[in-house]
Amino acid sequence: MENQSFTLPKKLINVAIGMVIIGLISLAYGYFGGLGGERIAANLLMNNVYFLGIALIGLFFVAVHAIAESGWQVSVQRIGEAMSAFIPVAGVLMALLFILGGMHALYEWTHADHMDAILLKKAAYLNIPFFSIRFAVYFAGWIVLAHLIRKTSAKLDLNGEIFYFNRLRMLSALFIVFYAVTSVTSSWDWLMSIDAHWFSTLYGWYIFSGMLVSGVAVLIIILFILKRMGLMTHVNDEHVHDLGKYLFGFSIFWAYLWFSQYMLIWYANIPEETVYFYTRINQFGTIFYLNLVLNLIVPLLLLMTRNSKRMFLVLLPVAIVVFIGHWIDLYQIVMPGAVGEGAGIGLLEIGLTIGYAGLFLLVVFRSLSKHPLVPKNHPLYKESLEYHTNY
Amino acid sequence: MNKYITAYYNDEEDLLKGIKQLKSKGIDVADVMTPFPVHGLDKALGFRRSRLTRVAFIGGAIGGLTGFLFQAWVFTKAYPLNFGGKPFFAVPSFIPVTFEMTVLFAAFSMVIAFFIRSNIGPGAKTIIHDERSTDDRFLLVVDIQEDEEVKQVEKALAEAGALGIQFKA
Repeated sequence: MENQSFTLPKKLINVAIGMVIIGLISLAYGYFGGLGGERIAANLLMNNVYFLGIALIGLFFVAVHAIAESGWQVSVQRIGEAMSAFIPVAGVLMALLFILGGMHALYEWTHADHMDAILLKKAAYLNIPFFSIRFAVYFAGWIVLAHLIRKTSAKLDLNGEIFYFNRLRMLSALFIVFYAVTSVTSSWDWLMSIDAHWFSTLYGWYIFSGMLVSGVAVLIIILFILKRMGLMTHVNDEHVHDLGKYLFGFSIFWAYLWFSQYMLIWYANIPEETVYFYTRINQFGTIFYLNLVLNLIVPLLLLMTRNSKRMFLVLLPVAIVVFIGHWIDLYQIVMPGAVGEGAGIGLLEIGLTIGYAGLFLLVVFRSLSKHPLVPKNHPLYKESLEYHTNY
Repeated sequence: MNKYITAYYNDEEDLLKGIKQLKSKGIDVADVMTPFPVHGLDKALGFRRSRLTRVAFIGGAIGGLTGFLFQAWVFTKAYPLNFGGKPFFAVPSFIPVTFEMTVLFAAFSMVIAFFIRSNIGPGAKTIIHDERSTDDRFLLVVDIQEDEEVKQVEKALAEAGALGIQFKA
C-alpha cells in the first residue's frame, strides 16, 4: 500500500480561510455592534476551551492506545496526532484573551472589590499570579509532550525500531499522568471559577468526558473528510465500528457523570450548590434539556445497533449532532455565570464557532499533510489491518 | 434421534481447512465443538450473526420499565414517604434503580437465552459425542439424512484429514 501522503487541496484551504474570515467578521460585529465585552470574552473562552479540549483528546486518544498497545487505532493514529497540533494555537489565542482584559470580564474573583468571605477562602488558589503560573505549566507540558509524541511517532514510521515504540509508550504514560491532573485543574481554572462561589467535586471528570465525546466525534468527521478525498483507504468498517463504539459508550459515560453531579446536588438541596442548576433550568431551560437530548438520547438510540456504528450514513450525522450537542453543553456551562441575562445564540456565537472550526481544520490538515497517513512501519500496523470485531 | 457422523481434528488450522474441503464437496457441517474459540469458524460454517443482542435489548427494556413503574407505584400509591420535602413522583431518584434493573434484566435474559439456545446450564442433558472432545480435540458433526450417504461422507471426511470417524444412529 502506498504512503498516502497528500498535498493540502486548494479548495480545503479556501473553505477553511473563508470560515476564519466569517469568525473575524462576527467578532468585529460583536465588538462594534455593542454586544458587550462580557459576551465576547465568554464566547472566545468557550470556543477556545472547546477546540483545545478536542485537540487534547486527539493526543489522549493516541496516548491511551499506545499504553494499552491496542492494534486497531494505529490505522487512525495520524488523525489524533494531527489534532494535537492545535494545542499551541489555542494556547496563544487563550493567552491573548486573558492578557487583553478577558480575565476581568469573565472571572469575578479577579476583582479585588468583589471579594466576599467565600472568595477570600478560595483566594489561595484563585489569584492572578498563581492562575498565570498554572496556565503556563499546562500549556508548556501539553505542547512539549504533544511535540515529542508526534516526533517519536514520525521516527517510528521510518523503520519501525522498537526503541521508538517503547519511547512512544513512555511519553504517552507521562502525558496521561500529566493530563489526568491538568485536565481537572484546568477545568476548575477556566470554567468552574466562572461561578466562583459554587463548586462541584465531579466537575473535572464531567468536563473531560464531554471533551472526550466531542473529540471522538471530530475524529470521525475528519476521517470522513479524508475518506471523501480518497485517502485513508486502509481504514475499514471494523475501525469505523470501533470509533462508533467510542462515541456510543462515552456518550453514556458523559451522561452518567452529568447525572451523578445533578442528582447529588438535587438530593442534598443545599442553596450554595443548587444555585448552579437553578439559574440553568430557569433561565436556560431549553438549552438545559436540549443538552441531554442531543448528547444522550440521540447517540443512545441511533448508535445502538451494530450496523449503524459501521455506516457513515448514520455515524456521521450522529457525530455532527454530538459535536453541536457538546458545544451547547459548554454554552450552558459558561454563559449563565459569565454573561447571565444578556446571553443568547446569535451571529456572534455561531460565526465565532465557525471561525474557530476553520482555524482548527486549517491547522489539523496542514499537520496531516506533513506525514504519510499510513503508519506502515508501526509494529502494530499489520495487526490493525487484520483487526476484526464482532459486536 | 437422527443419524450423524462425528470426527475430530488435532489442530484448528486443519479443522478450518477440512471444513472448507467438505463444503466444496457439498457436505454441510452441522456443528463443531472446540476447546477454545476459533477465529473465522462461524464464517466457515456459514452461521448467521447471533441474535442474542436483541434478547438483551428486549430484556433491558422490560427491566427498565419494571424498575421505573414499580418505584412510581410504590412512592406515589402504595407507600408514599416524604424524603426531605421532595415530591413523591421524584424522577431523578428513580434513575439509579431503573438503570440497575435495566442492566440486571438484560444480563439475566442474555444468560438464560444463551443457556436455553445452546442447551447448556443447570438441568440440561449433555451429549458427549466423543470423549476426546472434552479434552483438546476439535470435534465436528455431520448430519446424515439417508443411509446411502454414510460411506460417501466417511470417505470425504477421511480425505479431508479428519480422525476418529464414527457413525452414530
